[in-house]
Amino acid sequence: MDLNWFKKIVKDYPKFWETYLSYFDENQSKEQRFVVFDCETTGLDYKKDRILSIGAVAIQNNQIIVGDFMEIFLQQDIFNPETVTLHGILKEGKEEKIVEAEAVIRFLDFIKDATLVGHHVDFDIEMINQALDRLNVGTLKNQVMDTDVMYQKLKNLSEEEKTSLDDLCEIYKIKKSDRHTASGDAFITALVFLKLKKKLAI
Amino acid sequence: MKNPIAERITDFLKHYPPFSSLEYSKLLEIAKTCRVLYLEKNQTLFKINDPTHAFFYVVASGAIGLSVTSDTDDVLIDKCDEGDILGLRPFFAKNNYLMTAKAREESIVYAIPIETFKPYVAENPAVLSFLLESFASNTRNPYDKNNKGKLISENVIYNDQNAEIQYYQPIKYTRNPITATPVDIVKFVAQTMASSKIGSIIIHEDRKPIGIVTDKDLRSKIATGLYSIDVTIDKIMSSPVITVADNLSIAEAQIMMLKHNVSHLCVTKDGTNDSEITGIITEHDIVVAQANNPGVLLKQSKRAQKSADLKEVREKLVDLIQHSLDKNVPINHITSIVGEINLAITKRAIELAIKKMDTLPPAQFAWINIGSQGRKEQLLLTDQDNAIVFEDVEEEKYDAVKNYFIDLAEKVTRTLNKIGYEYCPNQMMASNPLWCKSVSDWQHQFKGWINAPAEKGVLNNTIFFDYDFVYGNEDLVDTISTTIVEETDKNELFFAYLGADALKNPPPLGFFRQFLVENDGEHKDTFDLKGRALMPLIDAARILSLSKGIKNISNTISRYSKLAELEPQNATIYESCADAFAELLKFRTEEGLKNETDGRYLNLTELSKLDKVKLKNDFQPINDIQEVIKNKFQLTYFT
Repeated sequence: MDLNWFKKIVKDYPKFWETYLSYFDENQSKEQRFVVFDCETTGLDYKKDRILSIGAVAIQNNQIIVGDFMEIFLQQDIFNPETVTLHGILKEGKEEKIVEAEAVIRFLDFIKDATLVGHHVDFDIEMINQALDRLNVGTLKNQVMDTDVMYQKLKNLSEEEKTSLDDLCEIYKIKKSDRHTASGDAFITALVFLKLKKKLAI
Repeated sequence: MKNPIAERITDFLKHYPPFSSLEYSKLLEIAKTCRVLYLEKNQTLFKINDPTHAFFYVVASGAIGLSVTSDTDDVLIDKCDEGDILGLRPFFAKNNYLMTAKAREESIVYAIPIETFKPYVAENPAVLSFLLESFASNTRNPYDKNNKGKLISENVIYNDQNAEIQYYQPIKYTRNPITATPVDIVKFVAQTMASSKIGSIIIHEDRKPIGIVTDKDLRSKIATGLYSIDVTIDKIMSSPVITVADNLSIAEAQIMMLKHNVSHLCVTKDGTNDSEITGIITEHDIVVAQANNPGVLLKQSKRAQKSADLKEVREKLVDLIQHSLDKNVPINHITSIVGEINLAITKRAIELAIKKMDTLPPAQFAWINIGSQGRKEQLLLTDQDNAIVFEDVEEEKYDAVKNYFIDLAEKVTRTLNKIGYEYCPNQMMASNPLWCKSVSDWQHQFKGWINAPAEKGVLNNTIFFDYDFVYGNEDLVDTISTTIVEETDKNELFFAYLGADALKNPPPLGFFRQFLVENDGEHKDTFDLKGRALMPLIDAARILSLSKGIKNISNTISRYSKLAELEPQNATIYESCADAFAELLKFRTEEGLKNETDGRYLNLTELSKLDKVKLKNDFQPINDIQEVIKNKFQLTYFT
């Protein structure tokens, strides 16, 4: 019964979503792929604010695969001038911009069934899910790992004790030259992730 | 699509050769294909004998140690820091890695695919030559300077079990070294160096190092006449000095020296030229740290300033013995090396004691070691057995002179005791008035032992016939040797006594070729290696060489060799005695090292079957040599 219901849904959705779901279909035995990503947004309200850019890089076999990378910038309808100074993305900046729908489709195509990794990743996931919702499809199916949660586990901290990415960089002596660009944060988060993964022996 | 991560890596790589000689756009293409690895401290990147990876590596942060393995230990041979490349082997050779690369601290490493990089190597000769050089230098062997630059596969032979541990330890060096100022005159600086027995001196200004003068400078700039001896030292100093901070590991110190092609490093407070001098590290310190090299131990004993320095030498000597045994160095080589070092230690102890005396010795004297020390055979936990011979003095001065030497001997024996040579339980030491006397008294003493062996108790004092000159005037000892030869010549009574004594311990095998073990006491059921096997051979060698008038040879193995030379008809027996003695001594030393005892008593149950057979085979020569003695000295009358 469940199966029929699932098939029915698949049929009703657009091609990109079908393809995305199909990645989870197969009984894959290939090497586990992680995608570390970060979204720059117009603000912290996932209802009102929008994604400005997404940076993502893949990790396989405990190696950051520099070539397995994506960075996209989104055209903005909602624009909050106050955050420009922080992330440096102007509404009409010189980067090539794409509409939100295309961005999300490209993102899904990039992540496939990888385990998603981010720092305080729930917010980024929610931002993507909101965008997916606007396309009338479901939410992300990927497994998710949060570097702060990993750090809490490592140090036996409670859920309330949050640590910022800056602080983790400080702790693990990671240079923060490209902080506050999506791909820069993704790379730094990837380094933090590799370290924590090792220390937690995951 | 732009790739800021690749750009970030490019921005890093472009600072370092060989990447610095590539165009930015090409470098960016390379960066896009690379991978980023994180290594935890002590995590291995690749291991010796691993098939080569499809990548070579650049250290982005942290440090990777390159090491080779001997048995189970790693020996660090190089350290790669930020910007250094490693793992170049796949460029040049198809076979497996010859080194292990392991993170020495948390490290981030960029892995660059060989395949993407190869085309750039081919079209860029600068890159190729850099890689070749790095490949060669990454494989250098700091242990062996002659082979520097050769590929590792051609020169790696390590057996040193402790090498790794030693290598990572902070290096010991001279703190507060002797220094000079630039305006000091060469002659006086050289005098200071000579009197302090140092090979280099740091030149300072306000306690900051500005140059260094070594023996080499004196040799090449003064002795050649390039400068006169009364110029100021700054004319001939080498400058600047390579400075380092405290707490350098042996490996790092060595790498610094290799890098700058110097033999001295100056330690300063903050490691720069612009701070206060706190010490000096010499190549000698590195050698000392790496191996308990006999030459170094000798040098160290000669330079020792206090008993603690000598004690250190003595302790290292134990490692040296263990090491030599492990490496199967023939035991007679070991005994002679150890004997020389013991000798050097004793000499230095005497020199130091003389310095402490209020006056110089009032007469010529000689310090001799007797017994096992005199024979240079006791390797471990040596008792001190020694004596003093001083020249004949006028009778009214005799007591004062004797008291002076007893005083001196007390100081020496106390120092030796501190160093680790136990006092002789039978008081056979130079500090005993009985064994500190003039040449005439000694001649008289020996005449008594030799001509009236029964009354004078020669049997308790045979160890005096095994003496070795240590310090002072050797002529005094020669005089006594001559007396002994004269008195013993054809002295049947003496040899009869000594001979009978030499036979008191028959070969230690019972009727059923079982070992004779001790029946009672603390050592019940163990085998008395010294009493039952070594002593009979020592005693036999002594009596035979005395009967042949052999002078100045006390070592048992050397005595047998000399005897074999003088008496070819018995050469086979003598040679087998020498071999047996060497092997038995080895048994004793190994037993002693294992149990931290003097190794006198062997626990037979712990011996392997092979060892038992070896041991038994060594008893046959005892039997043979005792037969020789019986016949030679017609002892059948006595026994």
